[in-house]
Amino acid sequence: MTGILSYLCFFATVALIYGVAALGLNLQWGGAGLFNVGVAGFAAVGAYVAAWLTAAPVASHWGGFALPIALGWGGAMLAAALVAAVVGMATLRLRADYLAITTFGAAVTLQLLALNLTTLTGGPFGIAFIPKPFEALASRPLAFGAANLALVAVVAALVFWALERLTRSPWGRVLRALREDEAAAAALGKSPDRFRLQAFVIGAALMGLSGAMQAQFFGFIAPDNYLPVLTFQVWVMLVLGGAGNNRGAVLGAVVVWALWALSGTLFTGLLPSGWQARGAALRVVAIGVALALVLLLRPRGLIGERATVSRHVEEG
Amino acid sequence: MIGQIVIDGVTSGAMIGLGAIGLTLTYGLLRFANFAHGEFATWGAYVALVAAGALGTAAPIGPLTFGWPLILALIVGMAAVALLALALDAVLFRRLRRHGNAIVLVIASFGASLALRSALEFGFGPEPFYYTREIAMTLRLAPGVRATADQMVVLAVAVLLMLAMHLTMTRTPVGRALRAVSENPDLARLAGIDTARVVRVTWLMGGALAAAAGVFLGVTVQVRPTMGFELLLPLFAAAILGGIGSVPGAMVGGLVIGIAEAASVPLVGAQYRAAVAFVVMLAMLLVRPRGLFGTRE
Repeated sequence: MTGILSYLCFFATVALIYGVAALGLNLQWGGAGLFNVGVAGFAAVGAYVAAWLTAAPVASHWGGFALPIALGWGGAMLAAALVAAVVGMATLRLRADYLAITTFGAAVTLQLLALNLTTLTGGPFGIAFIPKPFEALASRPLAFGAANLALVAVVAALVFWALERLTRSPWGRVLRALREDEAAAAALGKSPDRFRLQAFVIGAALMGLSGAMQAQFFGFIAPDNYLPVLTFQVWVMLVLGGAGNNRGAVLGAVVVWALWALSGTLFTGLLPSGWQARGAALRVVAIGVALALVLLLRPRGLIGERATVSRHVEEG
Repeated sequence: MIGQIVIDGVTSGAMIGLGAIGLTLTYGLLRFANFAHGEFATWGAYVALVAAGALGTAAPIGPLTFGWPLILALIVGMAAVALLALALDAVLFRRLRRHGNAIVLVIASFGASLALRSALEFGFGPEPFYYTREIAMTLRLAPGVRATADQMVVLAVAVLLMLAMHLTMTRTPVGRALRAVSENPDLARLAGIDTARVVRVTWLMGGALAAAAGVFLGVTVQVRPTMGFELLLPLFAAAILGGIGSVPGAMVGGLVIGIAEAASVPLVGAQYRAAVAFVVMLAMLLVRPRGLFGTRE
């Protein structure tokens, strides 16, 4: 029984960590219409910065400042925001799909740096012994899992609340106006580049936070965690849940992570032992096809964006 | 030293250029960045691998490492991937195009890319394959400049394919129609051009050329599931560098990226090759977003 409960805690914790990244992506894509294919890169920046700031010093690579975890997460958000600011300033003024290609390239480059700058990042072996929150409880799995879940849930709830406020604020309305009709919004004196850059940077900071939380929760990071398949997972979460809706982003994260975990068990059970690596590949095929089906059959996702302008129209 | 960089860069640049032609054409025509394009190269390499295996072994031709089965397999691979590209458009992209948002197409292509690549990894495993176990002997072209016979043949065939593509674009009715639709779809339709047919032809040509690039990459390096995905960034870089929609631009862009990658190896090491393409692309986007031969941003 405790085994199942602690697994559920683990499951929910990971799902909510993904949820934070999906919320960040929702601000960029659902809110501002920015197509970011570099989610994995921003998560990697957050994870490595948090690891450097909070882990104890080791001889094999840089970092080891042994700072409190909260500072690590703050630093992670700041670093991811800075990277996003640089990428965004270079490409946001260009066509929308150039941003897709550039963020993709940035994520690939960041992953290569993580893999090859061994003295900074530990190279392919990554960074281990990243302190976990509530490490004192580690001997009691259920209490440890519940405490971690509570912490991640509080962070996710805060992010959710802040984003809901933000999207309902005048700032959020400008963002949607720009997405729907850039020329009209610009004619009202709103600078498209500035608002887009802000949305891009805030979203990337959340992806950095998500990466940092994951690093801290697992206690270990390696460059292989930040391959484009991570970006893809977060995208599937948002598209399935419903872009433009923060609830949809969180719901999508839970549903997709559940499907991902289930299909993992399924393929592990069905395939012979030598085929485990191939089973993982089959899982990616399945989820790729699922994304295509959602886009074709239910483009609004499970929940979808609520129409926000119709209130007065209906009254009138 | 310089000579060696040029010959290595030109060979890999020719392969990048071949792949980038299809990418730039579909990009210009359908207005979306197809992230699945690299997988066409991978699928071409694997189809050729299976076809060559089915055709049996034959003695290598002259100083090359492969015999006639691989030449037939190349044609099989190009044909199969041309149909694959067409099928992908029919099941996925064409339906999504009706909804209108180009970025949704990009997301779909990203998903298609991972699914196509993982399907190969499921079928063949992650290990690399080689078309042949023969050892490629290097020929000395000039003092300090060496290349294998395979490289020279691949380069020659790639140049021939590019030339054929260029002539198709400039001298045939199909090429003219393609350029017209790319420039102004509505006007082209008014002029009586069958745009759906032009789109189909573009996928066929783009898929076939990418497959050829994949086979050539397999001959000179190796065949593995991630080969096309690793090619994707250089392909985009070449297409943007040359200007979206421009066939000569894609060829020149491919050469520039190939040579830049080869030149970077002595400086920063081979592990940063993909990053080099990214840096060149970023520089171009900052300085001249429409590319060398592009007409619009």
